Amino acid sequence: MELKQGSIRKAKTVDHFMTGIFYGVGGFFLVFLLFLAGYIIIKGLLSYYPDLFSFTKNGIGNQLFNTVYLVFLALLISVPLGMAAGIYMAEYAHDGKFLKFLRISIESLSSLPSIVIGLFGYLVFILMTGMKWNLFAGALAVSILSLPAITTTTEDAIRSLPKGYKLGSMALGATHWQTIVKVLIPTCTSRIMTGVLLTAGRGFGEAAALLYTAGQSTNINWSNFNITSPTCPWNPFRPGETLALHIWVMRTDGSLNVHAADIANFSSAILVILILIFSILTRVLSRRYERKIGGAK
Amino acid sequence: MSTQKILRRSPARDPQMFRKETFWRILVSICGILIIVLTLAIAFFLIYQGSTTFTQNHHSILEFLFSSQWNPTDSPNTAGGQVGAAIYIVGSLETCGLALLIAVPFSIAAAIFMTEINPKAGTKIFQPATEIFLGIPSVVYGWVGLTILVPFIRDVFHAQMGGFSILAAGIVLAVMIFPTITTLSADAIRSVPDSYRKAAYGIGSTRWQVIRHIVIPASMSGIFSGIILGLSRAFGEALAVAMVIGKTRAFANSILSPTTNLTAEIASDMGNTANGGEYNSALWSMALLLFILSMISIILIHYISSRKEKTHGA
Repeated sequence: MELKQGSIRKAKTVDHFMTGIFYGVGGFFLVFLLFLAGYIIIKGLLSYYPDLFSFTKNGIGNQLFNTVYLVFLALLISVPLGMAAGIYMAEYAHDGKFLKFLRISIESLSSLPSIVIGLFGYLVFILMTGMKWNLFAGALAVSILSLPAITTTTEDAIRSLPKGYKLGSMALGATHWQTIVKVLIPTCTSRIMTGVLLTAGRGFGEAAALLYTAGQSTNINWSNFNITSPTCPWNPFRPGETLALHIWVMRTDGSLNVHAADIANFSSAILVILILIFSILTRVLSRRYERKIGGAK
Repeated sequence: MSTQKILRRSPARDPQMFRKETFWRILVSICGILIIVLTLAIAFFLIYQGSTTFTQNHHSILEFLFSSQWNPTDSPNTAGGQVGAAIYIVGSLETCGLALLIAVPFSIAAAIFMTEINPKAGTKIFQPATEIFLGIPSVVYGWVGLTILVPFIRDVFHAQMGGFSILAAGIVLAVMIFPTITTLSADAIRSVPDSYRKAAYGIGSTRWQVIRHIVIPASMSGIFSGIILGLSRAFGEALAVAMVIGKTRAFANSILSPTTNLTAEIASDMGNTANGGEYNSALWSMALLLFILSMISIILIHYISSRKEKTHGA
């Protein structure tokens, strides 16, 4: 009896001890994230100097513009394509070998290292077309990266809708496509938007895929409105270094610019702030989606 | 099935409606096919470019994998250098191994905390926090590693090369893969049926006994999938590692000495080597190796999950 009591007490002590360890790990996790995010943001903001937002060699204005422009172009390509593929998978494809193969393709695509996608982009969009580094090639590379996520989000969103939505619409005489466009997609817009925002966030921070596609330099003349000119800001076929890539370049070419460390610190802070904003936005959107679906029950 | 019937019948009365239906159906199908074509194209180009080292330049695969003599010629149409990539491969293995060693225990503990110990905080605080960790761009991790970690290692351990080391790369990678492993492990733990836990509690187990003897074994396959996914992510990570590893072409003689790896070498030299030359081809072979490894990881994950289904069925 005594022995048993002892082993129970021992089990309880071990249990308390392990609980303590798990709380410790959990606490460390949060403290670490707070420290990391706080450090990046505060150090970045402290590195601010007056020229930083300017569109010159010492500012990051051009890079910031390139980043937004590139992500916008990438979404312009990947969102329609990914959504269409997602609709196909959820509504039209028959269960079978082909669909299975498509799923494996998407999985492979999403697990490829981004530098490999970048090399593919370099080979196909730069070497084979004979062009110089350009923003559009970068946008294509990023859209390959974001395609799997957008496709799977769209498919999951449509598949998770209650069956009644589709049946109800069709019972009213709508065709399959009308049902998709007028009923299914509008109902899950916010969920698809969540996926799009997440991939956009990833696009903002992408660098390895852009190294040899968008190029590691930028030269913009803001008074140039000739869209075919290589210095016109709106010409997508010009070298367009993004903010994330700029951090990388500042590390390697740091000696050429006295402000290199400040620029990299501040760029990091901007990227982290962007990620925070995007993550809050997706939270809000997905909560709205849940309420909408919850209310329909 | 009934929806299919309705679908077939209703547009037939209106030919224009029918045409529209077919048009959109074909269009979205093409988009689906396009994804397959894209994946095959990537595979094809990588195999095509990566195999020149072995077919045109007549190097053996064994030389590429196991020799450390790296001296490829860098001009088009001449071969005759040496393309032993062992230093890069070993560098990748060492940094990823170290990253796993750091990240795995920590990730599993964090996953248990957010599912078994404090699920409320898990969903309210930890889930969003992991997402933020996942979202921070890899260059930013690299930059923080470069500005905090590298000087720290230099000052504390008095490392040569000013702190650029396997240790720095391993820590940066660990921070980067730990959200992946945590998320997948937490999902696996959540999917363990509650009846398992209740049965164990019913016979008088403590919480730690339930976790150790019931929850972890039952969710092992999911945890393994997470580890493999994390590993493949670590293997493919380029810029963050390149920033802190020191890029020195030599085997590391300790955890504090610098070396180089596959991705860092590709990232730094792909643009300045002659296209089609031996050097360039060797870099493509490295990219092909990364591609093959990422395919293997997918196959492994599928194998694990199919085995799990089998055991659950039995």
